[in-house]
Amino acid sequence: MDGRRLDELRPLKLEVGVLDKADGSAYIEHGRNKILAAVFGPREAHPKHIALADRAVVRCRYHMAPFSTDERKSPAPSRREQELSKVIRESLEPSIMSEYYPRSTIDLFIEVLQADAGTRCAGITSASLALADAGIPLRELVAGCAAGKIDGRVVLDLSDIEDKKGDADLPIAYMPKSNAIGLLQMDGSLTEDELKQALDMGVGACRTIYEMQKDALRRKYHVEHDEAEKEEIAEVKA
Amino acid sequence: MSATHQPSPLAKLEQKTIYEIIVKGKRIDDRGPSDYRQLTLTLGTVEKANGSAQVYLGKTKVLAGVKVQTGTPFPDTPNEGILTVNAEFVPLAYPTFETGPPDENSIELARVVDRGIRESKAIDLQKLCIDPGKKVFVVFVDVYILDHDGNLIDAAGMAALGALVNAKMQEWELKGGEVRYKDSKIPLPMLNYPVPITTVKVGNSLIVDPCLEEEQVMSCRLTVTTGKDDDVCAMQKGGLGTFTPEEIKQIVSSSIQKSRDLRTKIGSKVN
Amino acid sequence: MPFKGAYIPRLDDIVLGRVTDIGMSGWQVDICSPYPAMLPASETPMHRGRDTVRQDLRTIYGVGDLMIAQVIAFDRTRDPLLTTKGRGLGKVSSGLVARIPPTKIPRMIGKKGSMITMLKKETGTDIVPGQNGVVLVTGRDPDQERVAVEAIYMIEREAHTTGLTDRVKAMITERMKGTKIGQ
Repeated sequence: MDGRRLDELRPLKLEVGVLDKADGSAYIEHGRNKILAAVFGPREAHPKHIALADRAVVRCRYHMAPFSTDERKSPAPSRREQELSKVIRESLEPSIMSEYYPRSTIDLFIEVLQADAGTRCAGITSASLALADAGIPLRELVAGCAAGKIDGRVVLDLSDIEDKKGDADLPIAYMPKSNAIGLLQMDGSLTEDELKQALDMGVGACRTIYEMQKDALRRKYHVEHDEAEKEEIAEVKA
Repeated sequence: MSATHQPSPLAKLEQKTIYEIIVKGKRIDDRGPSDYRQLTLTLGTVEKANGSAQVYLGKTKVLAGVKVQTGTPFPDTPNEGILTVNAEFVPLAYPTFETGPPDENSIELARVVDRGIRESKAIDLQKLCIDPGKKVFVVFVDVYILDHDGNLIDAAGMAALGALVNAKMQEWELKGGEVRYKDSKIPLPMLNYPVPITTVKVGNSLIVDPCLEEEQVMSCRLTVTTGKDDDVCAMQKGGLGTFTPEEIKQIVSSSIQKSRDLRTKIGSKVN
Repeated sequence: MPFKGAYIPRLDDIVLGRVTDIGMSGWQVDICSPYPAMLPASETPMHRGRDTVRQDLRTIYGVGDLMIAQVIAFDRTRDPLLTTKGRGLGKVSSGLVARIPPTKIPRMIGKKGSMITMLKKETGTDIVPGQNGVVLVTGRDPDQERVAVEAIYMIEREAHTTGLTDRVKAMITERMKGTKIGQ
């Protein structure tokens, strides 16, 4: 609808390490989505009784700001946000080597500042970077993207307008090296063939986004590396 | 906030036993990988509800009730009735179910069952419009989990479907801006009959309709809800494991088939 | 297998427990009781009065491990204390586990051990009944173990009936015919 090809991603921008107080953070703009993800941890479990003896408890909160949608959304957590917090956690937790930090918690916060469909996928993409930024040992980064169907055709990465008019929505989160899907949901109406097509399209897009994630990490650490070098040179000169 | 669940109450040795049986292609209750447990569907057990259905799936017991009442439509769908699905994980169903507001598991279950009914257009919501923009019928589907021995989603989905099929409402007409009820009863206007099929992954084995112990050793699950024309209307992956895209495609194929089988079974019990 | 019926610990009872946590000087063990049990490191045969650090403890029992232990202290003001010093006590690394309500354990053992002796003889397995309702079955062949577990659940279901010993024996004989061990 916005002039893209059927299998073309919306414009995507990623930035790592944008917040000061969080242990790790990342910001994503995907289409008109603007989402901030932050990680605190591993840190002491509060209250103590929720801690697990042999690994970290991963906690995740997906939340939408009241001004993020067309109609103001009440700040109180909705049933949708609770369900999404669960499925997002279940997509990222497989990538975290939580056995390294028993009895602690790793807390993930995803705040949707502006929503334009595909927020859970974009949230996962940025949260994965935030985890890496926090130095938490990961098996792999997790990338997220949704496919869908509109006007009888299988397409990639629906925007909000397209989603409202569309016939199906298929959010996916994927780890390319492990060939592992950590999040998969679907609502709408698809035949078996359409589903398989949409799945392949979504997985392909996740691979592309994964490369962009690695790039974003490289950029951040390159910058830090360059600055560290500059400091050293300055010291030597002095 | 969603947090990692507490581990299974089984010792590692017990989990290993179950895991090894499944990985060898068998199951602890001698079922095949694509066999459902014994399914008993009883309709109309709660006469005060508009519709009700009780599902016994193995030892899992779920009761669903449907109540139809009037209400105001949503502003963006003034010509449609409203569907709302709620699930209650009743404390008597399992030692660790607690009282209080619904937890993430019961919210997820309610929303997955809701999506199956809503996206398959099971209920013709337009026929439930009384006065466009002003008054519509609201269909409340409440799923009550009574005994948890695994695969609550499928049992709940089938109970909800049974309750909807069983539901009767007062025949009505709009006269002078008011709803007038006639003496006769009519069924809910139904267009589709969605059935959820849940498959879990244990090691590299895929098995359907997990009992509780199988759920406790699984790595993840995938629920695929299909309608009467093999239209997939809802899917939900759950659990901390992952699926390969190939496994997903395999599960979707077999779920569509299984959904057909179960729909026929339910259909015969209804008629 | 569900937990059915709470177990109230008694001094000297043999129980089967699952490790749920590792502390500074021992392990917390789930014995299907409203009271979580403690196995102090000093009550394991490996301990020689050394300074045990949590690292060492994990090599003896990890979270989720199963053990046979004995209750050495319990009064209702303190959580039960266990020991694994003693013959037949310690970590369980193989076998099948059956869980029945603790109240059915006496029936499974039988008068003067008549039922359990029959079970062991007819299935060729060793059976350790935990007073807390958890039973361990070990045999050389997994089929034998399965028949024994089936017999235990049969006893649980029909504990209140007469002539049970003979019926269980008949069931076992029937099942054993289908196994490699045979008649």
